[in-house]
Amino acid sequence: MIRSVLLLCILVLAGCDFKEREKATSANSEFVETELAPADSLGIPVYKFDELEPLLNKKDDKIYIINFWATWCAPCIKELPYFEKINREGEAHNWKVILVSLDMPSMWKTKLIPFIKNKNLKAEVVVLDDPDQNSWIPKIDKDWSGAIPATLIYSRNKRKFYEQTFTYDMLNKELQEFQN
Amino acid sequence: MKYLLANLVLLASFLSHNGTLKEIDKGYGIGDYATDFSLPDINGKKVSLADFKDAKGYLVIFTCNTCPYSIAYEDRIIALDKKYKTKGVPVIAINPNDPDLQPADDVQHMKKRAMEKGFTFPYLVDEKQEIFPQYGATKTPHVYLLEKTKNGNVVRYIGTIDDNYSDASSVKTRYVENAVDAMLSGEEIPLTTTRAIGCSIKSRK
Repeated sequence: MIRSVLLLCILVLAGCDFKEREKATSANSEFVETELAPADSLGIPVYKFDELEPLLNKKDDKIYIINFWATWCAPCIKELPYFEKINREGEAHNWKVILVSLDMPSMWKTKLIPFIKNKNLKAEVVVLDDPDQNSWIPKIDKDWSGAIPATLIYSRNKRKFYEQTFTYDMLNKELQEFQN
Repeated sequence: MKYLLANLVLLASFLSHNGTLKEIDKGYGIGDYATDFSLPDINGKKVSLADFKDAKGYLVIFTCNTCPYSIAYEDRIIALDKKYKTKGVPVIAINPNDPDLQPADDVQHMKKRAMEKGFTFPYLVDEKQEIFPQYGATKTPHVYLLEKTKNGNVVRYIGTIDDNYSDASSVKTRYVENAVDAMLSGEEIPLTTTRAIGCSIKSRK
């Protein structure tokens, strides 16, 4: 009996594999086992750019990995598990992932919060809601066209911006450079 | 002098032909000549910039069915076409996404979307995904304002439509309208490039 429950658990968990779930934003039915009570408030910060800016310029000893994403962005969702994995490994390596969601206000309660809960995201998620994008995109990187996914990695003395998608190995490789 | 100039042009074209892929990937800057194209619309009919004999310019907009930003701007793209087509600057929309990667961006869905919204402009398919890299479009929506001159179509503005995607009534600066108005009246365009968040173009390359 215990074994079959265990097996069931494994099967259910396997069904949650990110890789198979690029269009994860809508269908939530497979996530019954992690369904939580609906959040009555967002429970995550919503920032204007000037409020986000300090998170992009910390001067401690950590390496920060800032990923710009949204639940509607399929390539973002595809790479999110790699950022989660990197974040889990962060304590040992002294780095930290911050996921900056660019979901639109109408999607916060319907898409974003359920997504965070269903995927059980552990990395810190903040929302950037600042429609005058032309004013702040160049402040994040002068060459960023505005396409997402995009990622900023910085430490006290190094800063690099990537308008691209990542795999786990690519992220790891970049982070090694930051550690040297 | 004329001879020298011709040689310089030749040299420039030689260099650009032999330029690295990376340089080409960057796409156009302000003042560059933009390529014409012959791309099928939602009914399979080929459309080129040159078809618009009386045009003074074009609003070439890379957009698609699926991106929330494209959807947020649909009504404003229609309004731009209605406002400027009669002044000689029609909208030409191009969907750059690979439908194998984004099935809801295939031509059937384009057709459906164009009907539902009542698109007043051609909605073209970048079938071989060869046009958007030449322009340097990276996302949807991505606007290129071209001015027709006797030497070709010159890029006058690259960027986003206005400064508030989420609420058309809260817009303070209409970048594209300002650019077209300035171009048509022969004035300097106040802001020639702007940036906005958009959906990365879906391509296998």
